[in-house]
Amino acid sequence: MSSTLDRVAGADRPEAGTGVWLHGVVRDVEPAVLAAIPGMTGAPVRAVRAAGLVAVVSAAPLAEYGEQALRRNLEDLAWLERAARAHHAVVDALARRGPVVPARLATVHHDDARVAGQLTGRQAELTGLLDRLTGRGEWGVKGYQVPGALPRASEDAGAGGAGAAYLRRRRAQLTAREQGQRIAAEAAAAVHDTLAGYAVAARRHAPQDRRLSGAPTPMVLNGAYLVESARLPGFTALVAALGERHPELRLELTGPWPPYSFAEERPAGPALTVREPAC
Amino acid sequence: MSMQPPSVVQNSGQVLPAGHEPANLGDILERVLDRGIVIAGDIRVSLLDIELLTLKLRLVIASVDTARQIGIDWWEHDPWLSSRARPPVEPGPRDPEQVEAERRPRVAARAERRAARREEWDEFDA
Repeated sequence: MSSTLDRVAGADRPEAGTGVWLHGVVRDVEPAVLAAIPGMTGAPVRAVRAAGLVAVVSAAPLAEYGEQALRRNLEDLAWLERAARAHHAVVDALARRGPVVPARLATVHHDDARVAGQLTGRQAELTGLLDRLTGRGEWGVKGYQVPGALPRASEDAGAGGAGAAYLRRRRAQLTAREQGQRIAAEAAAAVHDTLAGYAVAARRHAPQDRRLSGAPTPMVLNGAYLVESARLPGFTALVAALGERHPELRLELTGPWPPYSFAEERPAGPALTVREPAC
Repeated sequence: MSMQPPSVVQNSGQVLPAGHEPANLGDILERVLDRGIVIAGDIRVSLLDIELLTLKLRLVIASVDTARQIGIDWWEHDPWLSSRARPPVEPGPRDPEQVEAERRPRVAARAERRAARREEWDEFDA
């Protein structure tokens, strides 16, 4: 690890040295486990230990992961996909063995000492998070509008020219669309509330754009739920039952995810909801 | 943490095993870019600084609140997107069909006005 980086602001030449890419924080992990997990460059990840915590990190050559290089590379969708998948694979491998606090993509430090400093400085927060995440997994539930559930627009021919008829038709279509959206939105809220009541914690994220979701109809629910492992069968059954109850939504359950949505002690804004069920 | 294999629930209520499929890229991207703990790294690349990519991803992934914080709120003023109090954020390039649909009545109205004016002149001339 180079801690004496020749960091030249605005320089064109690639940065020299190697930084430290943070994947996530765990309580403890066997070196043999880490040796089997490939990191950002393909080489195994390793541990930085401090304050009774372990940061799992990758070597990050600054020629690729330095400030200038990252700025450029993050614009490159192919690079971004590779980096996102590599980072996620590490976090996911850790999550399957025990609680992990995932780091956001592109968290790069100069050296191990800097990472250790973060563990020490945020020990209480990180320990609290790990306690909260123990024995629990994140599950995603997405809900897509089902167009068949839309009320159909009435097509009554009226007086007026082609323009007026067009405007009437357009208005009717818009109304039907608004109604369909409203029905789907209400169903999404009902589904989320029910699932949030069952889960340890819940977040409602912004629905994915169709270009991202690849789905033929709009997403109206993009929920994340922190579920006790022991209560997972009940959660799965609940999702299935809600799918039956709401034909106006197509529900999709994904997971288990590392607890990306629950890596913060408190929700960041009013759009998010958290519930602690009495269980 | 003992976890069951991932599964996909269709709206039929049927639970389908989906354990061997690699996770959807969109699902991964929104998680690693927009969630996860924020620890101030030494290499400071604000993901919001990334121009081309975030211009797309920001709108696609970023939460409504994140978008507002960085001053993106135009969908709130767009009648085609703000028919409800809290619309699903689906901005991006306008749907050409919508743009065309908005344009057509205006063009039609202009044509009608022109036709009406012509008739007046015709009467005047006659």
